[in-house]
Parts: sequence; structure tokens; C-alpha cells
Amino acid sequence: MMKKFIGFFNVKERPILAAILSPVLAVLVAFGIGAILITIAGTNPLVAYQALFVGAFGSLHGFGETLAKTTPLLIIGLGLAVAFKSRMFNIGAPGQLYMGALAATVVGLTFTGLPAVLLIPLMMAAGFLGGATFGAIPALLKARFEVHEIICTVLLNYIALFFVNYLVEGPMKEPGSYIAATSMLPSSAWLPRLIPGTRFHAGFLIALLCIPLVYLILEKLTLGYRIKAVGASSGSARYGGISVPKYMILAMIISGGLAGLAGTIELSGIFFRLQQGFTFEVGFTAIIVAYLGRCHPIGVGLAALLFGALINGGQAMHRMTGVPVGIIYAFQGIVLLLVLASEYLVRRKG
Amino acid sequence: MRMGWEIILSQAFLVSFLATTIRLAVPILIPTLGEIFAQKSGVLNLGIEGMMITGALGAFLTSYYTGNPWLGVLSGLVVGGLFGLLHAFMTITLSVNQVLTGLAIFALGPGLAGFLFRTIFGVTLIPPITTSFTPLHIPLLSKIPVLGPVLFQQNILVYLAFIFVPICGFILFKTAIGLKITGAGENPRAADTLGVNVYRIRYLCVIFGGVMAGFGGAFMALSTPGQTFMEYMIGGRGWIAIALVIFAKWNPYRALGGALLFGGADALQMRVQALGIGIPHHFLLMLPFVLTIVILVMISKGTSEPSALTIPYKRGNL
Repeated sequence: MMKKFIGFFNVKERPILAAILSPVLAVLVAFGIGAILITIAGTNPLVAYQALFVGAFGSLHGFGETLAKTTPLLIIGLGLAVAFKSRMFNIGAPGQLYMGALAATVVGLTFTGLPAVLLIPLMMAAGFLGGATFGAIPALLKARFEVHEIICTVLLNYIALFFVNYLVEGPMKEPGSYIAATSMLPSSAWLPRLIPGTRFHAGFLIALLCIPLVYLILEKLTLGYRIKAVGASSGSARYGGISVPKYMILAMIISGGLAGLAGTIELSGIFFRLQQGFTFEVGFTAIIVAYLGRCHPIGVGLAALLFGALINGGQAMHRMTGVPVGIIYAFQGIVLLLVLASEYLVRRKG
Repeated sequence: MRMGWEIILSQAFLVSFLATTIRLAVPILIPTLGEIFAQKSGVLNLGIEGMMITGALGAFLTSYYTGNPWLGVLSGLVVGGLFGLLHAFMTITLSVNQVLTGLAIFALGPGLAGFLFRTIFGVTLIPPITTSFTPLHIPLLSKIPVLGPVLFQQNILVYLAFIFVPICGFILFKTAIGLKITGAGENPRAADTLGVNVYRIRYLCVIFGGVMAGFGGAFMALSTPGQTFMEYMIGGRGWIAIALVIFAKWNPYRALGGALLFGGADALQMRVQALGIGIPHHFLLMLPFVLTIVILVMISKGTSEPSALTIPYKRGNL
């Protein structure tokens, strides 16, 4: 069912200026609305926003934290861009991230004797595979049983969350530990920190590397051409001899795999163990990142930096002024609504 | 272990399990009924979860400050309706993508609710408790063995929810309004030609969907005595409601059956968890979600949704 979500991401038709202008305007207006909310919370919005910007960019430490928050958003956002191009609306990145992190944890805790040069790539392969497998499920169910992928991926998020929580509280819990977490990974599984004293780690470089990689897939390879053809018009693609289910599934494998890779990088760069409260919500934020970035790898990179800064700066704002962090999540919804509304204006002019 | 299973098969357990099933069916049933109207008119609303949590906060706060849970429900309906209006404005007037608008509201809801709740109460050691509804024992009927405690010792919102099913079914299938709604969702241009105001019908249905989501949220906030508010208290019920619309094939009566099934899965995890049967509670928490996927796999193929669902309508645009 529901085969006809029309024109999600037909970026090509839009003039470039409008494609850049509408997200920028939307973010500015959203800051205005945020200011009203902050005033309601009894804080001077200028003071709050100053705390946000200083927290996100004002120091080497703050900027390092911003880049650490950007890393998973960027990787997941790039993967979602691929899925969205095939018109697979993947809302399941949080779950795919969890399953990737789980696979990587198992590898990391099993092959403890391996040197870092072998162990880290092996964990990343496992993480990609874990996320890709979990991402392929809704695509297979859609291809075979016409199950709506949006609902399916959302439900799978809850299943992955409960499953990982079960493991870290039960079978995989470190014996004698007070918190719900696995044992620490060996230090050979840790990604090096790039700025000492911050959590800015080498995973960011891998995220940067994903930008040209996804660009290559989408713009230069037959694979990407076919994925986009399936998304643009499944009827024409089928007529042209492209197997629609195959490329839907491949797009979800890339998308889920990158979410799983992001999970591995959070594991090796930030947490060093799988635990309750592991990175989850960024999988939702990355949807807005992908959309705001117009599903173009460079756009996604910029949007990821913006939201990485917002999340990090929002926490700084909370510490400095007491404004509840919920506002950052509300802000994300407001930005998306405003971008969508601004597209209406662009369309009318055009 | 043996003890546990014996308790499960006892009458006292079954009665409390069934009563909980009925109660937990409500917060899924009500939003499902609303979503059926929205989708029948041609608009997909994926923001249910976000509308429910803001509705729950509205209901919680109003009941907390006035001490009157009825005003709480009213406030939940209004908040839900306002979000419905937002979704309607975006998708009908601006003809913006329905999926993305719904997702934006899904993102906005918990953030906004959490922000407002923390702004008002701060971080407290003792969570604020609101005035909620208490069970209403229906005279005579509540005295019937087994059936009485299962069906007739619920709070008043539960009775209201179940009355909504035939009302919604009647409106959709037996009235002119129902025909207009179906027309707007199946073939809006033909309906327009016949004098149906497609915009107005869609607006009303989407707002009604929001109101019902707000009602579901209010139920979550006000139906358990001694309850506080949590940003994640809806726990995916809004999404299950959307899946249930497909399961119900856009039919309110079938939605009732589906909601009871999910209420049962939910009740099972609550009741069995208390017994310590040896099934990890995470698996019980997972049950409603696994069940939904299994049902979607069995039922999705060949289901025919309203033909114009997710397609914006533009008058005079051929």
C-alpha cells in the first residue's frame, strides 16, 4: 500500500538559490520562534542564544564537542539521503544504529587480542552489516508484503531499543556492574581523540570521508542512477528494466549500514561500551538533516554541522541559563515545518 | 515458575487482565478513530504521537491547576485540535508533503511538551501528581461476576471511548457527511463537481483527527490515579494507531477489535511483569510492536487505501 508519495526530494526542479535560501530563512525564523519560547521560560533570549553560540563555537573545547555531535548526524543523514532518493522513507535509523552498535560490541568484546588497525575496521564492518541487515528488513517486507515502510521502521526502532536494553541489563551486562552496560571494550577498539580534553574523535574524519563516497554513489555510479530512477518513477524504472525491489533494498542496505556505522563510531569514539541511554534520538534528527540538506551530500554536511552545533549549544544553554533542552527538539520540528512552508512560497513564485 | 503460571490461569488474574485490556485499548482506539476520518478524507497524519503527547500535557496541566479532570480533557481536545489545524493548514491550504509535515509534528510534540513541563515544574524530586478520573461503578451491572469488574468498573472516559465506535461508524457509513468524506478521499475532483467542498471536508476531518489524538493523550494523562507526566508516556501508541488504521481497513468497528488486541498485548506486559514469570520484561514491552509488524505483514498486501490519500487537492488544476 501507499505507493504514491509524490515528489519528496525532486531537488533538480528547484532553482539553486531557492534551494539554499529557504532552509536558511527557515532556520532564522525558527530562531525567532525559539526566542518567544525562551521568553516564556523566563529567560532573556539574547542571553540564552549567546550561551548557545558560545557553547557551540566559542572555544576549542566547545567546537570539538560540536563536531563530535555532528559526526553521527552526518553519517546517518548521508545514508538517509540515499534511502529517500529511492523513495524509501526510512524512519528507522535509531534502531539500525542500535543494531550496528550491538554487532560492533560483540566483535569488539570477542576479538580483544587484535591490534587496533585490525579490530576497528572489523568492528566497523560488523556495525555496517548489523545496521544494513536491520535496514533491509522493512525493504524486504515492503517488496514482498507491501508493508508500509514508515510504520514498519518506526516499530522496529522500539524493538531494537528494547532488545538492546534487555541485553545490557541481562546477558551482556558486565558482572557486578551497577549500571546497565556491557564490559568496556579493549582500548584497541577506541578511536583516537583529535583534540585532547574533548570528545572530538577520529570518527569525524570517517564521516567526512562518507561525503565524497555518497556523492560518488549517487552521482557517478549506475547504482545511484538506478536508485534515483526507482525513486523518481517506479513505473518507468520497471519499464526500463530496473528491478524496483532490488534497488529499494539496496538503498535501505546503504542507509541502514551507514546508521550502523554511526552506531559503531559512537561506540568506539564516545561510549566505549554499549549501555542503556546509548545515542538514539540523532536517528530522528538526521531525517531533518537529510531533508534540510536537500539530500545532497554537501548540503547534508552543512545541515549536520548546524544541528550538531544546536544540540551541543543547546546543552550549554541549558547549563548556563536553565532553559530546558526540550526546546532543541521542538526547534527541529519547527525548522522542518518552516522549510516545508517556505517551499510553498517558492513554488508559487516559480 | 509453576506458581506464576497457576496465578495466570486463576480467575482473579484473568479478571484484572481483561479489565486492563479494555482500559489500555482506549488510548489506541480513540486516535485510530480520528485517523480513520483524516485518511478517509485523503490526508495522512503521521503526527499522531506528537499530538497525543501535547494533548496529554494540556490535559495534565489543566487538571493539575483546576483540580477538574473534565477541564483537563477539554484542554487535551483543544490542544490536539490546534495541532490538527496546523497539519490541515500545511497539507490542505499549502499542499505541503503530508508525510514530512506529520514527521515534523512528531518531532515537535515531545520537545515542546518536555520544554513546557520542565519550564513550569523544573527538575523536582517529587513529581507533580494531577487529579485524575476514578473508576465509575455502574449500578447493578458492576456487580455481575467477572463481567462486572471487567466491563463496568472502568473510568468514564472508557465508556465514552467505546460509545464513539458506533457513532463514528454511523457517520462514516450511514450519513451524507460520510459519503462526502469518502468522496473527498477517493475522487476529490468528482466530489467537487457534485458540490462537495473538498477543502472544508478535509479540514474538518484532519482537525477531528487531532482532537481525537488529543483525547487519547488526555486519557494517558488522566486515567490512572496518582499519575505524573512524562515526555515519553505515549510510548509509540500513536504509531500503533496509524498501523491499526490499515489493520482496520478504515472501518471503525474493525478498529475496535484491533485496539482490544493491542490493549491485550499491553495489559499482558503490565500484568505478567508483576508476577515475575521469568520472561524478561523487555520482551513483553516489545510484544505490541512485534504483533503490529506481524499483522501488517499478514494484511497489507492488496489493502486498498483511499485512492487520493497523500495527494493534495487543487481546485481547477487538471
